[in-house]
Order: sequence, then C-alpha cells, then structure tokens
Amino acid sequence: MINLTIDNRKVAVEEGTTILEAAKSVGINIPTLCYLKDINVIGACRICLVDVKGARTFIPSCVAPVAEGMVVNTHTPELIKARKLVLELILSDHPMECLTCRRNGNCELQKLAEEYGLSEIRFEGARTDYPIDDSSPAIIRDPRKCVLCRRCISVCTNIQSVQALTAENRGFASLVAPAFNERLANMECVQCGQCSLVCPTGAIVERDDTEKVWAALADPTKHVVVQTAPATRVQIGETIGAAPGTIATGQLVAGLRSLGFDKVFDTDFTADLTIMEEGNELLQRVTNGGVLPMITSCSPGWIKFIEHFYPDLLPHLSTCKSPQQMFGPLVKTYYAQKEGIDPKDIVCVSIMPCTAKKYECQRPEMNSSGYQDVDVVLTTRELGRMFKQAGLDMINLPEEEYDAPLGISTGAGEIFGASGGVMEAALRTVYEVVTNKELEDINFTACRGIDGVKEATVQVGDLPVSVAITNGLGNARKVLDKIRAGEANYHFIEVMCCPGGCIGGGGSPIPTNTEIRLKRIDATYTEDERMVLRKSHENPAVQELYAEFLEKPLGHKSHELLHTHYTPRSNYPEEEC
Amino acid sequence: MKSLEELAKVRESRREALKIREGVPSATEKAHVMMCGGAGCISTKCQDVVDAMKASLEKNGIADQVQIILTGCMGPCDMGPVAIVYPQGTFYRRLKAKDADAIVEEHIMQGNLVQRLLYRTPGAKEPTPKVDDIDLFAKQQKIVLRNNFNIDPTNIEDYIANNGYAALGKALTEMTPAEVIEEVKKSGLRGRGGAGFNSGMKWGFAAASKGTPKYVVCNGDEGDPGAFMDRSVLEGDPHSVIEGMAICGRAIGAEQGYVYVRAEYPLAIERLSYAIDKAREYGLLGKNIFGTGFNFDIEIRIGAGAFVCGEETALLTSIMGKRGEPRPRPPFPANEGVWAKPTVLNNVETWANVAEIIRRGADWYSSIGTQGSKGTKVFALAGRINNTGIVEVPMGTTLREIVFDIGGGIPRKKEFKAVQTGGPSGGCIPASQLDTPIDFESLTALGAMMGSGGMIVMDDTTCMVDIAKFFLDFTVDESCGKCSPCRIGTKRMLEILERITTAKGKEGDIELLQELGETIKKTALCGLGQTAPNPVLSTIKYFRDEYEAHIKEHKCAAKVCEIEE
Repeated sequence: MINLTIDNRKVAVEEGTTILEAAKSVGINIPTLCYLKDINVIGACRICLVDVKGARTFIPSCVAPVAEGMVVNTHTPELIKARKLVLELILSDHPMECLTCRRNGNCELQKLAEEYGLSEIRFEGARTDYPIDDSSPAIIRDPRKCVLCRRCISVCTNIQSVQALTAENRGFASLVAPAFNERLANMECVQCGQCSLVCPTGAIVERDDTEKVWAALADPTKHVVVQTAPATRVQIGETIGAAPGTIATGQLVAGLRSLGFDKVFDTDFTADLTIMEEGNELLQRVTNGGVLPMITSCSPGWIKFIEHFYPDLLPHLSTCKSPQQMFGPLVKTYYAQKEGIDPKDIVCVSIMPCTAKKYECQRPEMNSSGYQDVDVVLTTRELGRMFKQAGLDMINLPEEEYDAPLGISTGAGEIFGASGGVMEAALRTVYEVVTNKELEDINFTACRGIDGVKEATVQVGDLPVSVAITNGLGNARKVLDKIRAGEANYHFIEVMCCPGGCIGGGGSPIPTNTEIRLKRIDATYTEDERMVLRKSHENPAVQELYAEFLEKPLGHKSHELLHTHYTPRSNYPEEEC
Repeated sequence: MKSLEELAKVRESRREALKIREGVPSATEKAHVMMCGGAGCISTKCQDVVDAMKASLEKNGIADQVQIILTGCMGPCDMGPVAIVYPQGTFYRRLKAKDADAIVEEHIMQGNLVQRLLYRTPGAKEPTPKVDDIDLFAKQQKIVLRNNFNIDPTNIEDYIANNGYAALGKALTEMTPAEVIEEVKKSGLRGRGGAGFNSGMKWGFAAASKGTPKYVVCNGDEGDPGAFMDRSVLEGDPHSVIEGMAICGRAIGAEQGYVYVRAEYPLAIERLSYAIDKAREYGLLGKNIFGTGFNFDIEIRIGAGAFVCGEETALLTSIMGKRGEPRPRPPFPANEGVWAKPTVLNNVETWANVAEIIRRGADWYSSIGTQGSKGTKVFALAGRINNTGIVEVPMGTTLREIVFDIGGGIPRKKEFKAVQTGGPSGGCIPASQLDTPIDFESLTALGAMMGSGGMIVMDDTTCMVDIAKFFLDFTVDESCGKCSPCRIGTKRMLEILERITTAKGKEGDIELLQELGETIKKTALCGLGQTAPNPVLSTIKYFRDEYEAHIKEHKCAAKVCEIEE
C-alpha cells in the first residue's frame, strides 16, 4: 500500500493507483474532461490538475500514479484559477450553441462550465471551423464542438481496433477525423457508434431520424409498425431519468402505442426465429462438413468489420440476417398478407440500441420483400427524445402487452441483448433439438458476463460442442486471428460488436459505462427468468410462422427472406459504401 | 576490430599519416587543405572552391601531393567559405573559386601566405594567419567539436587517429558497467538538450530498471530557429556520437541504439549512416566488439518535420511509428521508453561528450565549468553580431565574453539590446545581465534557459514585442495540439500580441498575457508548452515599457511594427 495525503487527509491505496482514483476513494471528485476510466487515460485536457508538493508544475491526476509520502492538494485557489482558465480557453474555441445542441443538458463540458461558474470568455479569436461530416447514415461529426479529448479515438482504436478516427494536423488546427480528413462514410468505420457514446460534447452524435417517424405516424395512409430490440427495454428508462437496470418492457409497449404506432412488435420474436435458422445452419455445417467455426451475424457493426478487415473469413459467417432484418421482410410479406395490407403502405420502424442498424437497413441487399425491409431505425436515445416531445411519462404508464403474432417471444430472444445471449439461446435449442431431451438447467452461465473472450464446451449428444463468445471488436480480432492461424477449434462463435453486447451498443443512453452495462445485463437475465417460455423452439408464434408460411428452417422461403450474403470491402475510400 | 591492439595499430599508422595536420611538414605531401563543409559554407559555395582548387592542383601537377578534405562546421559561418591549410595552420576566409589558384600557387607551391584572404581581428592592422592565434578560436574550448577542424568525417581512421574508440575500448576492457555510470555521474555531465538532467543518473535509472531489452537513443531532432550545434556534430564528427552511445549501451546493458535525426538534415543523415556502416565494417558496431562479447548496433530514424519530436516522449513515440506527440511522465523513459522498455535518451551534444569523459576521466571533465554545470557548451550565435556561427565555451563564460570577445560585438556600431537564449523555449536577457556567467541555473533564473544553445543577439533595431511574437508564432505552429493550454492558450497569446503590434492593443492586455503565460507554464503537458510563454514573459519582465508604448501610444521605438498613424 502507498500512503499519501490528499487535502490534509491520510489516504492509503494500492501501488499504481492514480491520484484521481485515490482521491475518489475518500470522496474527493476531481473534475475531468478527457479522462474515461480504462479507455482514455492520456492527460490531455488539463482539467484534472492537482497541486503536488514539490512539483514544478501542476500534475494531471488522471494519469499520475500515487507515490509514498506524496502531499496533494486538489483545490487550492491557484488550482481553481488555473482550471478555470483552461476551461475558459476550451470554451473560447467552442461554439456556444448549447440550446440547439443535441447534448444540451447532458454535456460534460456544459456541466464543468456550470460548476466553475464561468461568467465570461475573455478571448475573441480564431475558432475551429471544419465542416460537419454527415456522410454516414448513422454518425454525424461536428468538429467545431470537439474538445479534442480523444476518447473517440481511444475507443475506436483500443476497444474496437477499427481506427477509423485519428488526430490530424497539429496545434490549433488539430482535428479528430478519419485519415486524410476523409468522410466517415467512405472509410472503414463500422458505424458502431461507440464514439458517440463516449463523446463528452455534441461533436459526435447519432443521425436523428425522429422526424421521419413523426411524419409516418401522422400519415393516415400508412400502417406504422415498430419492433423493439431486446436491449431497449432495459435501457429506455434511463433516457427519462430512471435508474440504470430498470426493466420497462410493458411501459415501453404502452409508450409506443401512445405515440401512435399501429402495431407494437418485438425483435425478440425474430431473435427466436434467428435461433431456429442459425441453429439449423450450424447443425447442417457440422453434419455436412461445412465451414467451421460458424460465426453469428446479428451485429451489423461486426459484419462491416469482418467485411473490411477479414474478408477472407466471410465464409465463416452465418448467412442468417440479423433479427432486425428478418423482421422487416416478414412484416412486409407474411404479416401484410395475413392482415391484408398492401406492403407499400407499411412503414417498418425499429428501436435499436445501435447506430449500425441505421446503416444495416440501408444495405442494398436488405429489400427482399420488394421494398426496403426496415424503413427507419431509431436508437434508444432518439426514442427517449420522442417520448419527451410527446410529453409522455413513459416510465409510469400502465404496462401493456406486445401485439401478436410478431410480438410473441421467449426468454431466449430476450437475452440476445447481452453478450453470450445468442450463444446461450442457441445452445438451449440445439441441445433439445439434437438430443430430444429436455435440458435440466437452461442457464448456460459460462456464456454470460462482460469478459472479452469467453469459451465453453457443451456436450450435445455425442458431440462436445466447443464455443467462443466475444464482445468488442478488439476481442473479436483476437479470435479471428486464431481462426486465420488455424488455431481455433470452435464450432460456433458469437461476436457482438459492442462491449457487453447490445446493452452497451452505440445507440444506448448516455452515459454508458461498465457499471451501467452490468446493471443492464442483470436486468436482461431477470427479464429472461420472468418469461414463461425461455427456449426459441417453444415460441408458438414462430412455430405458426413455419406452419403457415416458411414451411421449415432453411427452406426456400427462409433463404429468400431471412438469409443474406456479404461483401468484401477495402479499408480505403470506396467508390460506394 | 577484434582487439584493442588492432585499434592501436590503426591509430598509430593513421596518426603518422596525419602528422601534417599537427604542423609537421611531410616528405610526401605538400599540404592538407581542410575546407569547412558545414551548412553555412555549403551555402556560400565551398564546393566550388574545392572544385577550383582541385583543378588548380591538376593544372600544376601536384594533385597527388595535396589532400583537400571537406570537414564538418568550423564555426565562423559569416566568414565562409573558410579553410585551414596545413602544415602551416593558416586560416583563410571568404574564399571564392577564383581564389583557388592563389592558394595553390602562392601558398602551397611557394609558401607565401595569401594576405588578402587572411583573418583580421576587428580594429587590428595586421592579419592573424594562424588559426590557433585567432581570438575567436583561442577563447573557445573544444570538447564536443574537438575533431571538427582536423578530421575527414567520412574517414573512420581519422577519428581513430584522434583517440577515437579508445574510450569504448576502455569501457569494455577496463571498467565495469557500474564504473562507467559512476564516472559519467562524477563528471557532472548534464543533458545538453535543454533540461540539463544529470546524464549519469539517467543512465543509472535505466541500468537499474528491470525490463529488457534496453535501448540507447540519440535525439538529433534539433529544431530551434537558428540553432545547428547538433547538426555540426553529426556532420563533422559522427563517430563521436556513435562511440558515446555504444559506451552507454555497455553501461546499461543495451544492444540497440537509435539515432532520431530530423529529415531536414540530409547531410547529417548521410554522414551518420556512412559512419555507422564504417563502424560496422571495422567491428566497432555489431557483434562481439573488441572480442569482449559486447554487442551493439545503431539504426537511424528520420523525423517527419515536427519540432515537438525533440521532446523526449514525443521522439520515442515517433520512433515507434506513431504520431509524434508527448505523453505524461511518469513513466519516464528510463523505465518505459522505446517499445515500453528502459531507454536512455540524450541529445547529440551530450553523446559527443561521453567518450572524452571516459577517456580522460571525470576529474578532468569536472574541472571545467561552474559549480553546477560542468564541461563546455556549444552555442549557435546569430542575429546582430559580427561573428555568427558555432562556438564552444566552458560553462561559466559570461554572455559579454561570448557576444563581444568571441562574437566580435555588434555590427554597424549599434547598441547591444538583448540576447535571446534557448530558442522558442527561452527568453530575452537584457544588457544589464551581460556579466552573468552562463550555466543551466543562471539562465533559468533570468527567465531564459540554456535550451539546446541557440543565441540570438539583438540591437536597438529589434522590437521586443515583435521578437516575442516571432517566437510564439513558432510554438503555436509547432504545438502538437494534444493539451488544451498549449493548443488554445498559446494561440490566444499570439492573438493578443498580434493585436498589440497592430495598434489594437487594449488596457489589460499585458496582464492577460502574464496570466495566460504563467498558467500555461504550470498546466501544459510537455516542455514545449511549459516553456512556450518564456519569450513573452521575459520580454514583459525586461522591456515592459515597449509593450506599454505599443498599447498606449501606438509607438514602436525600433520601428518594426507598423502601428503609427
């Protein structure tokens, strides 16, 4: 243990602890801006400075480790003055557009300005003035609002291993942008939106598509249906002030109905359907000597990643569309026929914890119904805004049920929202389908949790099925490298683009951090346990769908509507994206 | 080179051949013409003089009896091209191609000095023909630039003849690594890159650090405006750097060195890589040096034009192929440097001291200089001074001695106003402080700093507000942009200075500059930002009246700023 003094208090912490964390342990919260625990620890913004006795300059507490006998002061008058001036400098290069900014009220810079009570900016001069990049279907960058904290670069580089963003130019002309200041849509950006999740200001935000949805809802000629991703019910409460981990399934349904959606369906339904298709695909590959390991294909950021960085491994991907994209064509074929609605009049809206889904729904192959299968994707954050705009106290609405048939689901579909959930759901079904025996314990706990790479072996009949689960693309890369090296002896791999799985997706409420992710994961499994049915193959609506329409898993119609193909992509500006 | 005996053999035989450069007439050779090939003389076309001289030698049929050697920088750049002709040791200046015949036919063939090309001390009637008698040189003491007058930088045996690689031999065969470190510590050698940290201590930290492998790095990213000390060493005596690094490799247990040289120094890169190749060829780099089992090799890494890469953590980051930006310390390079391994990083000039310290001993070295700053310092004199160029003086020499005795004073009978030391990180020192003996501490106390050794002299035609603006403009341009105080703060300071120098200054601007400057010094991430305000703060300290005249009366006494109506 290291002993030091912080603000006249004796503190003992483990060696290697930063001054910031040491101070936190005794209830002293030193202000920060660029710092993001475990992700961005670079000491760049100079807000977290403290006075260390004997040091020539102020010391950035977020990076400086404690030392024996160190004497630290965190709020001397000189420090407050220095922090204020640094903050004043940052604000002197920031467009004062708080009232019209997406992050108004949820901005870390705004909060600092408020806490430090800045009353004027004494510096008039040059301002950063790079154009807004709205080339991407999912992510919008406004470099004017960027404080160059580089959290986005860190998360994109170190966590996702994509490196679509980097620091460019130098000095006052510094800029965070794709290489060569290329437009995001032309680059290897996978649209995961983790950058938008960590941005302290409004410099990186999701594209807002709420107006399209408001317009559709108001159009009497349109039949507007909505699907909600598994993770959204454990996230939506946070957008209107509920504690992380709040389950709001019934309230979400009620809220969506209040907004005016004609049908409130559930992506959990097509998650169950995915298990039927993907589980059978796996069995077929194992039996017929197909390409193994097979890798899941639910996560559009992940799909774009493998297309860019590991195109040689595309045959490993399951041909199944993601649950969102299975849902779209079913609504515009099966459901439309069943209800006698002309599919051209149907507007299919998704609520997703994901920015990449906005990109996915616009992929050219995603129109197997003859129309764009999913018309608009809203992130959880955008839906939260719609509830606010509608003045809906969503969280206190009486709970309601999803509509049938595409709203009927099982716990297996629900756990798709957490890393390991797809694998666990698949194992529940594959085991019972293959062995014809009921599982004694359907909880595959080895699949759960936020560890980057998880492995398990499950005896299914005669075959020990070896599986791996990764979340965060940096972790996926490790497993892909093993496949390339011929060292991966797995049958089945689940890959989720975002850390923790979809509950930590780029469209999640802000803030999203490890602690909050864990709470959402807990909520997800609680929701699973509350379900009457917890195995995809027991979903009666799915069974009915096969009986009435699809006939059988991997059948002709399934291939037409529920399966897809992939496109190798380069890492440099593309002609089309 | 498998043994010290082999080295001694090369040294003795080459020394014999070079006796003429010590003033001993040779039976077979008429002369060695040491032509300065430093940057200044290259730009004043020394190559033309060399070509003309060669033609003249051919014409006169004595080409095989005279050697013309292009050396590193000799120092007196404003007199270039300069040359020394041995065995007489005659110093010639302002040579032109048309002077070649005179030197060949009069001096070399007939032994008559060419009077019109000799150096005259300002005010003196008679010229001073011998280089050793010239004041400008006599008052200097050369350790770092010990070989620049008399070796061919592309001839490793020239270096060996001048005791080259003897220190490495000593360190490998007569000393333990700990003794080498102790010797360097005892010598009092401090880093010449700016901060002045005790080099031996730094080596000691790296030696004690647990990680392996360890690395030795040379900072050759010299970038202060007007400074070219390191360039002169790399171009004129590259082996002195290689030897210093190898000694350190032995001391800390490293087998790999990197020299980071800025891309703007193509000749330095060329000379250094040639020297590295030759050292390998002679077995002075590579495996099993002197048969002792010690391995050491060096790679060159070329910068990409960022001044900030002279900052140690930025330089190390750049070596690893990443965007050259500083990072907070700790960890210090001695614990986590290149590839996160223990690394000793010193600049070119520091490395060039090492071999002499080991060869001649710490006691000899520490007898030179002041209490806290030992040895010599190389300065680049520029600005309003007669003898611009490179000088090397013992620590503790006063500014007055440098500016007036060695530098020859201010031209055109103007008044000395200030001297700026330490480049964009340094400050301006006024006439009242001219008698300050220079060392690391005294300069910092004056609000300037040693820096790498740039020295720009100003007379009364210099506007101090304008000069502050000049230096700040440089740092604003070179800021990496990582930390907010430097990225935005220096820009705001520059904007205020631009305002003041264009008659738009406001009451309170001086105080705002001071507030910004003091805060940036305390809050910026790296040395670049922490010292960027120095030129502004020191000029406010010593020349506040000039700022006030600009703001209140819209007057620029030096008539540099166009602000008067």
